[in-house]
Amino acid sequence: MKTLDKLHQHGAGGVKAPSGATSPLSVSGLSVAYQKKPVLRDVTFEVNEGELIGVIGPNGAGKSTMMKAALGLIPSISGEVLVYGKPCSEQRRLIGYVPQRESVDWDFPTNALDVVLMGTYGRLGWIRRPGAKEKAEAMECLRKVGMADYADRQISQLSGGQQQRVFLARALVQNAKLYFMDEPFAGVDAATEKAIITLLQELKKNGKTVIVVHHDLATVQQYFDSVLLLNVELKGFGPTSRVFTQDMLQHTYGGRLAFLDHTIAAGATEAHGGVSL
Amino acid sequence: MSDFWILLTGSLVAACCGIVGVFLVLRKMAMIGDAISHSVMPGIVIAFLLSGSRDSMLMMSAALLFGLITTFLIGLMQRTGIQSDASIGVVFTALFAIGVILVSLFARQVHLDQDAILYGEIAFVHWNIWELGGVNMGPKAVWLLGFTLVVIIAVISLFYKQFKLASFDPALAAAVGIPVAFFHYLLMGLVSMATVSSFESVGAILVVGLLIIPPSTAYLLTDRLGVMLGLSVAVGVAGTFLGYGASVLLDASIAGCMVVAVAVLFAAAFLFSPSQGLVVTKLRQRRLAAQAAIASVQKQ
Ligand SMILES: Nc1ncnc2c1ncn2[C@@H]1O[C@H](COP(=O)(O)OP(=O)(O)OP(=O)(O)O)[C@@H](O)[C@H]1O
Ligand SMILES: [Mg+2]
Repeated sequence: MKTLDKLHQHGAGGVKAPSGATSPLSVSGLSVAYQKKPVLRDVTFEVNEGELIGVIGPNGAGKSTMMKAALGLIPSISGEVLVYGKPCSEQRRLIGYVPQRESVDWDFPTNALDVVLMGTYGRLGWIRRPGAKEKAEAMECLRKVGMADYADRQISQLSGGQQQRVFLARALVQNAKLYFMDEPFAGVDAATEKAIITLLQELKKNGKTVIVVHHDLATVQQYFDSVLLLNVELKGFGPTSRVFTQDMLQHTYGGRLAFLDHTIAAGATEAHGGVSL
Repeated sequence: MSDFWILLTGSLVAACCGIVGVFLVLRKMAMIGDAISHSVMPGIVIAFLLSGSRDSMLMMSAALLFGLITTFLIGLMQRTGIQSDASIGVVFTALFAIGVILVSLFARQVHLDQDAILYGEIAFVHWNIWELGGVNMGPKAVWLLGFTLVVIIAVISLFYKQFKLASFDPALAAAVGIPVAFFHYLLMGLVSMATVSSFESVGAILVVGLLIIPPSTAYLLTDRLGVMLGLSVAVGVAGTFLGYGASVLLDASIAGCMVVAVAVLFAAAFLFSPSQGLVVTKLRQRRLAAQAAIASVQKQ
């Protein structure tokens, strides 16, 4: 009886999500609660390979929580997360993660190069230490984010934007196929934002899938191929042109965004010449 | 000869505590060290009662067990939403109190003396000798501490990168597949070992000073984790020598003088550390202000 049940479930899953085996990330029925009240309720979506995906929603919507649950960092009360068709615990090497910058203690006694090197720890296994090869890779990634001159700098002596670049370099050195980035644009200036988005687009060009939590609605149309609107529940998911509409945003933010039309109008004009989807 | 054994014992205590203490301080878990050092007490007493002897290995296992129970209970309470300092306070005082009751009930059977548990008896360390086939092998405490130090160094150097990443960014550590919970309990196991091997010498209260003060001093002096580990041990060992010297001069408690000595070293680092010291920073600011004033005068 048990086997039958299993077979049945398996079959049903296959029918529901035929491309599930190849999608970089397929989330179905994901619910998470820290205490009693769920902060994520029944979230289901499946991303396409090689896209830049923006996760949009108000503070406390559960964006960080969704990333952590998808990565298996916090337990979920229900739901399934598949990374390239397998549970993410089996696919660690394919996943890169950039946590929210405030989540670590920047007074930790270490320097920028060392933080980037931490991105190689996963592939080194239990015993091996990072060696010359890993150091060279880490330097290369620091160079890519324009931080090579700061390799020896104690991390507390970096500006917020520089710390964010170091985090990004650490994700690059992970050499993953699916990236989760929690607010990589938070508190960075225009130049750094430009540098970061250029990098993300380069990742995309190399066939990587990048999921980014983002707050600046004005740049959403310009940056992302797909948008995931979240406020405890999934409020919308799909190509930016279809999902990033005023109605959907009202639905997500709950009527708190009177200025939305301006934002979208401005974003649309900006995006007009640049990115076409 | 007793001087030598006391200094060696003290240095071994300082090294054991100095190394594991670095990770406690960096993970902002200094008070967990305090909790563990107290709540291993019932374990130690139960081990005495069971074996009727001061068998070190049994004591070590019992202390390890209680150290991990403490850590587990504190974690459990935190996960259910109780404030972390409250969870620590509840768990360790309760376990310590059980230890106090056990000592008071069975003190005669186990030849345990509350003062010795609380304040240690490093002055008598050379009286408790380990004999092997009639040969004098030196004080038991030295062997126990030496063993603990070897285990600590072996484990930390083998899994250095895991301990480092789990301390700096546990989320990334978990995301790349490092079993963060396992390394948490491994660290707590090492803290328990360090505590139980040290408490006979310096006592359950003063061991906390050696777990926390030398790493905090080292933290002020460097921005490299490896250097911090070395400096932490160096500060602890220096404190041992200075403290022992002071205790001989003053004819006062050795363990007490040791902890005061490391505290004095901490104060010195706090005031004079080249990067963050209070005095140095003030002097630097004054010099820069003077330079700026001269520059503006010259402009005019
Ligand atoms: N460790 C935690 N324990 C209890 N509740 C939590 C915890 N972390 C987050 N929450 C709650 O879960 C909800 C979602 O939090 P989350 O951090 O996922 O939001 P977010 O969308 O990332 O917000 P922001 O835009 O501010 O980063 C919030 O209501 C928050 O209070
Ligand atoms: Mg967040």
